[in-house]
Amino acid sequence: MINLWPLILEHMLIVVVATVISIALGVVLGVIAYWVRHVDTVIMWCAEAIQTIPSLALLAMLMIFFGLGNTTIIAGLVLYALLPIVRNTYTGLAGISHHIKDAARGMGMSKLQRLIKIELPLSFPLIFSGIKIAVVNSLSIAVMGVLIGAGGLGYPIYRGVQTRNLERILNGAIPVVLMALIFDYTMSKIEQRLIKRAR
Amino acid sequence: MIKFQNISKSYGHSIVLDDISFEIKQGEFVVLIGPSGCGKTTTLKTINRLIEPNKGKIFINGKDITKVNPVELRRTIGYVIQQIGLFPNMTVEQNIAVVPKLLKYPKPKWQEIVHNLLELVDMPYEEFAHKYPSELSGGQQQRIGVLRALAASPPIVLMDEPFGALDPITRDSLQEEVKHLQKKLKKTIVFVTHDMEEALRMADTIVFMNRGKIIQMASPEELLQNPADPIIKSFMGRHMENENNAPKLLAEDFMRTKVLKVPKTSHTLECIELMSRRDVNSLIVLNDDDTYAGTVTIEAIKAHGKAGREISELLSEDAVTIHRKEDARQAFDKLLASSSNYVIVLNDNRTVAGLITRTSMAKALGEALWGEMKS
Repeated sequence: MINLWPLILEHMLIVVVATVISIALGVVLGVIAYWVRHVDTVIMWCAEAIQTIPSLALLAMLMIFFGLGNTTIIAGLVLYALLPIVRNTYTGLAGISHHIKDAARGMGMSKLQRLIKIELPLSFPLIFSGIKIAVVNSLSIAVMGVLIGAGGLGYPIYRGVQTRNLERILNGAIPVVLMALIFDYTMSKIEQRLIKRAR
Repeated sequence: MIKFQNISKSYGHSIVLDDISFEIKQGEFVVLIGPSGCGKTTTLKTINRLIEPNKGKIFINGKDITKVNPVELRRTIGYVIQQIGLFPNMTVEQNIAVVPKLLKYPKPKWQEIVHNLLELVDMPYEEFAHKYPSELSGGQQQRIGVLRALAASPPIVLMDEPFGALDPITRDSLQEEVKHLQKKLKKTIVFVTHDMEEALRMADTIVFMNRGKIIQMASPEELLQNPADPIIKSFMGRHMENENNAPKLLAEDFMRTKVLKVPKTSHTLECIELMSRRDVNSLIVLNDDDTYAGTVTIEAIKAHGKAGREISELLSEDAVTIHRKEDARQAFDKLLASSSNYVIVLNDNRTVAGLITRTSMAKALGEALWGEMKS
């Protein structure tokens, strides 16, 4: 029985770092899609296209740029997490009632003030659901990291597969499943509260 | 104060505003009205540059507004929209303080403004300031919408059908409040509506528009007396039609004619006896020539009456009277407004024709709706 805690922590670290980066990137891209006409289709198309690339192929391609190690899996996770975050940011912003946008404009708010004071807070519940989807996805995809030399819970699973040791596979798989369930549950709770607060 | 000079606006081939010129004076309450698509909202939105005209100029206090940064301009013009447009993520206080904060007022100053404004509409600060818009009723929300527009004391306030979505009672009281605020704070208000009644009630000047042109700009009285165009008549007519179509109901249609009347010279005891026999607590008192003199109530007799005296000493003239040919609506209003539960209907020669009570009113209404009632 190996000590799983360092692996769990590393796994989480990879997912957290990737999520933070993809939130920053995804929200910015979502805002750009919302602000700049015609760019929205391009950004959405790209985000969706990335999603269709098999994870093994994507990681292999990224390995060429980033080499072996955690950086590559983080980059991969960021790319996968973009779609839900960009999409939800964009839909959230675009879906705000135009009366509210009109009022904000008529009050004399600049574009940036409208975004920060009104539009982002109002779309936050939806952005948060996007983040939730991204996190839960990332937790399972991060397992693939073992193939490109990254740490985390992919290692015991991979070793288990190699040695045909079911117990080892489960040692890695069960924590991943549990983490995904826990994150999904708590974030859904928060999500519900956010939606309730926004009426 | 606000001067429109040959303003035109079109989207593609459809012309929304067609060479509009007019001027709004300082402190004036101007109502823009007309059928939908007449360009009234567009006209309003050109003032704070939410819509830029294709041609023409607008001057505010002699200054061409295209020379002013639109964001800066909007902060000096209050704006109230139909769907209220309160920011749901902000409390009442934060909503009201939006523009003062944008203008970088120090915190104590904008807090004071919020206090004062809430007081102005009788919404106590402690109770309402920290609520979210979703916790308020529609009327309260729109009150806050109006306050938000007033917060940075802009000299001009634009209102785009602000009360369109409210129920009639709330609308009435808000109309009154806004008119009152405007007089008190001496604002110039430009108000868009499609409700003629609202326009007539609120406006100093009504600007009637149709198909992107101004048909008439006049005071409400002038507009009623000399409408410049058949369309204005029909527009006003639409609001009066309902009343004209229904057969005109008069006070006499609602009265009952069996009424207990006593001459002024009758004595207290016989009145009490009559009242108790007929189970009523007041009587109509007539002069010698049968004209209406007043009423006498059982309370008055009990309190002041002495046995064997004439009731003329106890006469009360407080009862509400109405002429039989007057509009039934008036009778209703009087009946509902008065504390007594009847209105006395008089003939031309001031003799008593009958009495309208809540029961007779309900009965007559029922007959009007469903035909003759059985009992």
